[in-house]
Amino acid sequence: MENANKPYNFKEEMKAMDKKDRLAAGHRMCAGCGGAITVRSVLRSLHEEDKAVVGNATGCLEVSTFMYPYTSYKDSYIHNAFENAGATMSGVETAYNVLKKKGKINDTYKFITFGGDGGTYDIGFQSLSGAMERGHDFVYVCYDNGAYMNTGTQRSSATPKFADTTTTPAGKASSGKVQIRKDLAAIMAAHQIPYVGQTTFIGNFKDIYTKSEKAIYTPGPAFLNVLSPCPRGWGYDPSDMMKICKLAVDTCYWPMFEVVDGKWILSYEPKNKLPIEDFLKPQRRFKHLFKPGNEGLIEEFQRMVDEQWNNLLVKCNA
Amino acid sequence: MAIRERLSGNEAVAYAIKQINPDVMPAFPITPSTEIPQYVATYIANGEIDTEFIPVESEHSSMSATIGASAAGARALTATSSCGLALMWEELYVAASNRFPIVLALVNRALSGPININADHSDSMGARDSGWIQIYAESNQEAYDNFLQSFRISEHKDVMLPVMICQDGFITSHGVENIELVEDELVKDFVGEYNPEHYLLNSKEPMAVGPYAVSNYYMESKRAQTEALKNAKKVILEVAEEFEKMTGRKYGFFEEYKLDDADYAIVIIGSAAGTCKAAVDDIRERTGKKVGILKIRVFRPFPEEEIAHALRNVKSVAILDRSEMFAATGGPLGAEVTAALYRAGQNKEVVNYLYGLGGRDITVTEFEDVYNELERMAETHEVRDNFKYIGLRE
Repeated sequence: MENANKPYNFKEEMKAMDKKDRLAAGHRMCAGCGGAITVRSVLRSLHEEDKAVVGNATGCLEVSTFMYPYTSYKDSYIHNAFENAGATMSGVETAYNVLKKKGKINDTYKFITFGGDGGTYDIGFQSLSGAMERGHDFVYVCYDNGAYMNTGTQRSSATPKFADTTTTPAGKASSGKVQIRKDLAAIMAAHQIPYVGQTTFIGNFKDIYTKSEKAIYTPGPAFLNVLSPCPRGWGYDPSDMMKICKLAVDTCYWPMFEVVDGKWILSYEPKNKLPIEDFLKPQRRFKHLFKPGNEGLIEEFQRMVDEQWNNLLVKCNA
Repeated sequence: MAIRERLSGNEAVAYAIKQINPDVMPAFPITPSTEIPQYVATYIANGEIDTEFIPVESEHSSMSATIGASAAGARALTATSSCGLALMWEELYVAASNRFPIVLALVNRALSGPININADHSDSMGARDSGWIQIYAESNQEAYDNFLQSFRISEHKDVMLPVMICQDGFITSHGVENIELVEDELVKDFVGEYNPEHYLLNSKEPMAVGPYAVSNYYMESKRAQTEALKNAKKVILEVAEEFEKMTGRKYGFFEEYKLDDADYAIVIIGSAAGTCKAAVDDIRERTGKKVGILKIRVFRPFPEEEIAHALRNVKSVAILDRSEMFAATGGPLGAEVTAALYRAGQNKEVVNYLYGLGGRDITVTEFEDVYNELERMAETHEVRDNFKYIGLRE
């Protein structure tokens, strides 16, 4: 592994934070959008001398960063359609291998593709699974904001139970989404690929930076699942995004971990595990859970989180 | 010296792929095109070609990966049939609108349902509005020859459009016929190296592919595709001329079989033209009646004026479709050829037949019945039904 296991030196890496952004300012993503931060953070971990091809499933990110005739990407970029970011990058990566073999290109390229949870957990799931199984050397990054935000907050299989979305509206006869969310990181780990990471934006961004670097520089397929809050879909003040991410991690709603060659490793264990209400309360999509009489729903939410967290601890042998 | 062989249509196309030695081939198995990727995988396994094969998990991914490879700067192709093409539908439009010079070996098969694995043209005809160039074959030889010409057309800088090389499922794809193959070196020289102008892996010029383009740009991009298709007409003929110099085999937008002096003409696509030729020979020999065929090779771009010109002297025309378009007015070839004649100001009796759906056989006798009907129509100036069926149980 090229540099994949070197220790994280904060000062040294903060110099890396001075690297030129590979996603230009001036894109049309919303203020406080987690998706754009995911892209900038992941691309920052590319070594400056390396070239990259960035892929993208259809979604907010695509329509906001490559609106003809302007692109926000310093690197080559390909958007194809909604459900095929995995397959499309398979083709790009294979072309690279054959053209390199034939001596037609000399530069080192890295391949990173971004999809929202709709394009990754749902419609692009088959394409992603196929690409991972075939062992293409690229990173698939899911910027998971828990619903189809580009089309106006419809539920996806990443949407948490009880979330109020436009296709699972909370109402007199509904408490929001009925089903629990799919555990995609575990499903990707079950593909027995060399690297799976789950992260979000915490503190000095050390976690997402190191995981991105590992994902990019580990040979073979890698998958990163990044909780990327959406102020419009979740209903919180955009300036509170970092707080929301911290609460997601400290309530153990969004554990940070990695699976390296099949070994589950916990990246962060909160010293003081917070109750799930702390994460739910600031978000409009869970507002109905705080109506009198719905206490049981929050209790159920807490039980789900606890169960998943305990399962993860067992996997991580922590 | 040309090589004389006996090959099925699938083998012939696979052999053309081997001779071209393209960069990337993603493919997914489906009857009857499956053999093509199988042969290619075997060539790779035996170290005979440098092509990278991607065994994708669906045809949607197969065209998606082909697009990715083509965007990256590789010469890329795939093969499919029927429902496989239908699953690629969205991607066919993406390939054409992004101007990727991809080639697709299509083995024509009926679309479901009911599920049916045999030849008809419902798959490619359904994709006729996707912006792809479509070239059809009557025989294994034509499928092979068309394939050798394909990348020269798709990669031409005035074209830059994907090309679909079509042959009939089983009848052509699995039928073994005599074939004349071109020597490897000649093929290599004829097809040439692919040196893309713009591509993702060009470190000197990063490129972005697949934009969101709103209404102030979209329409011009569509118009540009049409211009490229117009240019393709010229390129298709130039490439065919060069191919003829190499092989002696002549190709154009269509083949005119005994059409020069014909009074009655059948317009047809694909393998059934062979049976139709037998009927023409038989009628001419037996009765001296002047019957002929216009066999379409290039359906997209549609050579409207040329078709009308070729049919200018016939008294009546039967257009035979091997696919429905469910307008309840006949098939797509019928509609387009009829429009071509009208636009050319030709007022003659025209009838449209549907035949051979889902692989139903069409016989010499049935073609003879069509010519009899054409004679009756011309004499009475009465068509009766604008479209009807051949070999249908009522």
